Amino acid sequence: MDAATWGLVIATFVACFVEMVEATTIVMAMGFTRSWRSALTGTLAALGALAVVTVFAGYALANWLPESALQLAIGGLLLIFGLQWLRKAILRSSGRKAVHDEAAIYKEEVAAAKAAGEPTGGLDMFSFMVSFKGVFLEGMEVVFIVITFGLNADNVPAASAGAIAAVVIVLIIAIAARRPLSMINENLLKYGVGLLLASFGTYWAVEGIGIFRDGRESLNWPGHDLIILALLAAWLILSRIFVAALRTPAPATTPAGISVEADK
Amino acid sequence: MKFLKAFGAFWYDFIIGDDWKIAVAVVTSLAILLTALKTNLFSDTALTLLGGAVIVVAFAISLAIDVRPKRRR
Repeated sequence: MDAATWGLVIATFVACFVEMVEATTIVMAMGFTRSWRSALTGTLAALGALAVVTVFAGYALANWLPESALQLAIGGLLLIFGLQWLRKAILRSSGRKAVHDEAAIYKEEVAAAKAAGEPTGGLDMFSFMVSFKGVFLEGMEVVFIVITFGLNADNVPAASAGAIAAVVIVLIIAIAARRPLSMINENLLKYGVGLLLASFGTYWAVEGIGIFRDGRESLNWPGHDLIILALLAAWLILSRIFVAALRTPAPATTPAGISVEADK
Repeated sequence: MKFLKAFGAFWYDFIIGDDWKIAVAVVTSLAILLTALKTNLFSDTALTLLGGAVIVVAFAISLAIDVRPKRRR
């Protein structure tokens, strides 16, 4: 496997790993508190829905859009996702946003499950819906990353393999641990994924602007794929500068727009 | 109608997320790059490097707006 394919597999693996940890926390809370059967049924239904979305979206993107339009559309979206992850990572690393805490989220989900009352016989709709929603929403981003990375690198199987490996490993850890996966440094992983998405997103979105010129040819970066390493370094340096600048001095007032919620 | 609202809210949350300034920064950067492209004054190398630089600057501005101190009323 060449370096680009390894990069592809690692990017999809880490992105999927992070999202799977979050989805697993929700499903475990429903399973341990209410009904494993309903929680797992909701999980399987969500995975089925995600598979359908993957097939249709992948087919549509691969067949209906010219290459440069594809690069612009999905590069732009990847860039938005990546920069949002990077923003949160910077704010968390500098202490301006609550660190993502799986144990706290697990407690919140358990409290919500208990507040919903006792499950009645048959399928527990509360467990089903919460598990379905959790897995589907977390999975949508993974599906998008797999499709976009896979199509752009012309290697959907490698991207899918990275994602599937992450699903299998998270499930093995969850089954072995039988508790929320709070031992995983999710914030660090999200920081890494944010850097990768921002770098690939910048590369593809800028290339895709070529759709607007005669001939609709993509723009060519100097150094081609190798420039992605330079972009990665640029985003890393910028993010470290922001972390250092925002960490000191400690703000006397709460900064605008920065809440300390334990968002999911 | 309720379904359409929920559908729209889902996609807004999925794409825009909890900070609309990031999406605005990306769209603005690409619009600036498109304008530069249409002038036909720049080579591919210049355009790509300009695009990368503008995106980095736009993100830095959006984050700076995010963390600015609140004005006391």
